[in-house]
Amino acid sequence: MLQTSSGADAMPVTRPRFMPNLARWRIAPVLASVCLVAIIAIAVFAPLIAPHDPLTMMPSQRLKPPTALHLLGTDAYGRDLFSRLLYGARVSLIVGLGVTVISVVIGLPLGLISGYFRMLDAILMRIMDGLMAIPSVLLAIAVVSLSGSSLTTVMIAITIPEVPRVVRLVRSVVLSARGEPYVEAAIAMGTSLPSILRKHLMPNTFAPLIVQGTYICASAILTEAILSFLGAGIGTETPSWGNMIAEGRMYFQLKPSLIFWPGLLLSVCILSVNLLGDAARDALDPRMKKRGGL
Amino acid sequence: MLAYTIRRVLAAIPVMGVVALFVFLLLRLTPGDPAAIIAGDMATPAQLEAIRTSLGLNQPVAIQFITWIGQLLQGDLGTSLISKTPVTTLIHQRLAPTLSLALVTMALSIVIAVPMGVLAAWKHGTWIDNLVMAFSVLGFSVPVFVIGYVLIQVFAIELRWFPVQGFTPIEKGLGPFLQRATLPAFTLASIYIALIARMTRASLLEVLDEDYIRTARAKGVGEQLVLFRHALRNAAVPILTVIGTGFALLISGVVVTESVFNIPGLGRLIVDAVLARDYPVIQGLILLTSGIYVFVNLLVDLSYSLLDPRIRY
Repeated sequence: MLQTSSGADAMPVTRPRFMPNLARWRIAPVLASVCLVAIIAIAVFAPLIAPHDPLTMMPSQRLKPPTALHLLGTDAYGRDLFSRLLYGARVSLIVGLGVTVISVVIGLPLGLISGYFRMLDAILMRIMDGLMAIPSVLLAIAVVSLSGSSLTTVMIAITIPEVPRVVRLVRSVVLSARGEPYVEAAIAMGTSLPSILRKHLMPNTFAPLIVQGTYICASAILTEAILSFLGAGIGTETPSWGNMIAEGRMYFQLKPSLIFWPGLLLSVCILSVNLLGDAARDALDPRMKKRGGL
Repeated sequence: MLAYTIRRVLAAIPVMGVVALFVFLLLRLTPGDPAAIIAGDMATPAQLEAIRTSLGLNQPVAIQFITWIGQLLQGDLGTSLISKTPVTTLIHQRLAPTLSLALVTMALSIVIAVPMGVLAAWKHGTWIDNLVMAFSVLGFSVPVFVIGYVLIQVFAIELRWFPVQGFTPIEKGLGPFLQRATLPAFTLASIYIALIARMTRASLLEVLDEDYIRTARAKGVGEQLVLFRHALRNAAVPILTVIGTGFALLISGVVVTESVFNIPGLGRLIVDAVLARDYPVIQGLILLTSGIYVFVNLLVDLSYSLLDPRIRY
């Protein structure tokens, strides 16, 4: 289709050859996948790659610049920065994946029920509205401050504010699907309720859940880092990028790399997950593709 | 409109009720003795007893809840376990820095993000659009504190344009205030700009397809007028909505930004409370911020009909 009106430059249909279109090249999702695979490999093989134990303190080696022995130098306790960075990937990935899986496992059935039963819906949605009104970082802080800062409590604390988002999404899909003829046909045929929910309604939620799942994963990694940064996260005996930055704060002007490296890895990791989420959404929702994404 | 306003205000009550109930149950349902958790490992039995009494943990749960709600409704958020000051007093002392920072950030974000989104939608598919989208994905992905430290490193340490940390109240003059507030405001704005720019672009793209835009262009209306009067006004409702829901992000961002820049606001108050396990302060701040969030979104809902005359209640 050719456009000749004055609107041509507002909604270009043909693209000048010299303008590279990142979206068409699909370079972003490819780069993102490469980065994520690398981060996963780092996390899995950390004990094999790391030149030093991430917890060994060497008081004589405090805040040293990069050397052949310590590739990125050492932190304020004389621990090897490079090794701690490698191990830090583990916390981020465990939290990201763990929170995503738990919030879908809890949110999916609640959303199915909420979308199908009007009476329960009203009650469930008020509860979800209330939970969503609490800023997620503050909610997580409150949970951690009461239950202590282990990996499990941090994951629970981050999951609680994510569940309502899953419930709302699943509910909205069910609400629009339950009026479809195939669902009504299943009801008319006397199909049992669990079977309607599981076989006819649940499959509709998979595509949006995959997209939402990537965003939950990214947001969970971010929230863990924020909690650790604020001192309400996992203790420093388990290196995480967030608590490395928190520890590096005091020496920031002396040695910015203590914050720079974990900050960079954290950003690349979250960015990659977000980009994959965008790519998944474009692939699964043709309407979005037309609009060029949200 | 009046009927809708009343209905909408009434609908906010159960939401706040759930927030209060959650905050209340959180302390009571946590496994273990909450008093022991709050007091820490070094507490003597007498200290534990004092905490139990001050939080009312000795009474039956139902009575605790009724007493607590009764106090809340009278504006009593409890007393800090550490400083023994009422939580409302603590909040009052710390409110000004946070409020001024949040307002500057909101203004800054809207002024930057809306034109950015309009430009991206207008130049849809070009490198400008890609640049805006790339910036927006970055804003979502780079943690606020990383942005803060990068800005400090570049603009305060290398270029020496701004002081590194600290805060000057606005009463001491706009110049000194802005000098200290600029870096924190840009830090905090990054995620908000990303959010608003993305939504502006998406919302405008939808509208630019409409017939009345083509009509406006056909009758020779200038492109600027088309974009900002015809298109943006019709695209305003989703943008306003995201400004409201994004407010939660702003609140979380304030906590982090204040820690990075050493600003003595509400964010610092909650971080200090977490480190000291001062639960009444944490719970008071959660109630306050949730209340503000619900109120902001109430205002957003009510303003729809002002922006879009087609919306009638």
